[in-house]
Amino acid sequence: MRIGLAQIKPHLGRVDKNLELHIRFIEEARDQGVELLVFPELSLTGYGLLDLTYEVAKKIEAAEIQTLVKEAKELDLLFGFVEHSPEHLLYNSALYASKQEIKYLHRKVYLPTYGMFDEGRYFASGQTIRSFATRFGQMGTLVCEDIWHTSSPYLLVQDGAEVIIVLSNSPAKGLKETGMSTQENWYRLLQTQAQLNGVYLLFANRVGVEDGTTFFGGSAVVTPFGTIQKTASLFKEELVVVDIDLDLVRKARFQMPLLRDEKMELVIRELERISRQRSERGWK
Amino acid sequence: MVEQLLAQVPFLRLDEKLVTELLTTSLREEVEKAGFQRVVIGLSGGLDSALSLYLAVRALGAENVIAVRMPYRTSSPASLADAQLAIDDTKVQSYTIEITEQVDAYFARFPQATVLRRGNKMARERMSILYDLSAYHQALVIGTSNRTELLLGYGTQFGDSASAINPIGDLYKTQVWQLAAYLGVPEPIITKPPSADLWENQTDEAELGFSYQEVDAFLYYWVDQQYTKDQLRTLFPAPFIEKVMKRVVQNRYKRTMPVILKVSNRTIGQDYRYLRDAGL
Repeated sequence: MRIGLAQIKPHLGRVDKNLELHIRFIEEARDQGVELLVFPELSLTGYGLLDLTYEVAKKIEAAEIQTLVKEAKELDLLFGFVEHSPEHLLYNSALYASKQEIKYLHRKVYLPTYGMFDEGRYFASGQTIRSFATRFGQMGTLVCEDIWHTSSPYLLVQDGAEVIIVLSNSPAKGLKETGMSTQENWYRLLQTQAQLNGVYLLFANRVGVEDGTTFFGGSAVVTPFGTIQKTASLFKEELVVVDIDLDLVRKARFQMPLLRDEKMELVIRELERISRQRSERGWK
Repeated sequence: MVEQLLAQVPFLRLDEKLVTELLTTSLREEVEKAGFQRVVIGLSGGLDSALSLYLAVRALGAENVIAVRMPYRTSSPASLADAQLAIDDTKVQSYTIEITEQVDAYFARFPQATVLRRGNKMARERMSILYDLSAYHQALVIGTSNRTELLLGYGTQFGDSASAINPIGDLYKTQVWQLAAYLGVPEPIITKPPSADLWENQTDEAELGFSYQEVDAFLYYWVDQQYTKDQLRTLFPAPFIEKVMKRVVQNRYKRTMPVILKVSNRTIGQDYRYLRDAGL
């Protein structure tokens, strides 16, 4: 299966320009025989929207969204945008389109609202973490901070995912004697989660700068054994094309049957006990 | 010298190659996004403006960088010569505009003015020249204030602190030294004692009352590592801690936009929030 990671540099708040950018990358990916093309988080809008969040939000019926859905003909597409829900809530969403139809919509659950991040001020939090069927197999998608909560990839894998796709807008920060901490932390996390869950992890991160904050790129493909198969360059816009072998999921899970031995019922039981005890304990 | 300095504060050491790549990429993108190709930089002959110059040249090419020397009659001739070293080395276009006449004309009304007032006035004259040349050359003003002096408020509000983009504002002075050495800033600029050069024989460390190495280490533990005051006291003398903290707090006003008194429901900066880059 040939996947593409579109490591793009969106224009902040310019859905028109970003739509053109998407089309350009889709055409290039199509020429290279890509079967699934993944864009980063909020790829249609850029990240630091603040009050622009209200202005760039799109219902899934909107022309821009439908244009992209229609582009998903021979290749499947996954992209990010500000979703205007029927209840007039705004979500940081990722949309999976295939055969010119919307197959799945993931609404970011964990909205970072600390340090330099302020997503909880603008976005509603998604309420589901579920896998979905694609023509390639069962997949799951997470948006950036979602995967930092260890329950997210856990749930997707229990729900059957063989590939987890993470759409991200991760900034370059924490530079130190060698390298930068954000990039190191990301790769460590992706490798660990891929290995512990026996899944492919596809990481699509953006590049470009918004008011001094640079997004580092470094999009990556991690195998179900936890090894990095491919990384994109730092800070540069590019299309990364990688052939992945979904049979590696079988091999990884045969060699290390962590999923087989997982005790979901135990987890549920213990979590229910903990939750009950916490609520009964009250303030004490 | 730089290696000796870093050996004492190894936790401040940065990946020089990566920082350079990050800063030159983001500087170029921010300039271009704003619709500009060129930049203008006030070059004092000191370390900070030299580093900004070298980063700008790497980001945009020498042909897009304009360096401006703006000496006052008491400015050190060595500073002027050092600035020339950087200009010759980078081969950028340059101006030398004396500010003596305009500053002296103003203070003819206030012959008793303190050195502080005079120093601030000089910094703001330089700023106004840079912004005039900015309009003349369609070139953005590039900042030269490092993270240490921004935190300490060791600069003139709307003077040397004014710029469109500041590439070195997130680097402590110690890190400015490291990066300047890496980028090949001429030796005399790196080895001389830092000075605002607003009056004769002024040096930063004498005026501040502590060394950059000392205060950078302190700021690292306080700002970056979030040590509590009790924890800081195990590493630094109490009077020094008080002195630095007081400076940082007192000068907070220099690091923010002017306060706007709220009347409407959507006050600029409070509940009317947009990034500068939005829509570009």
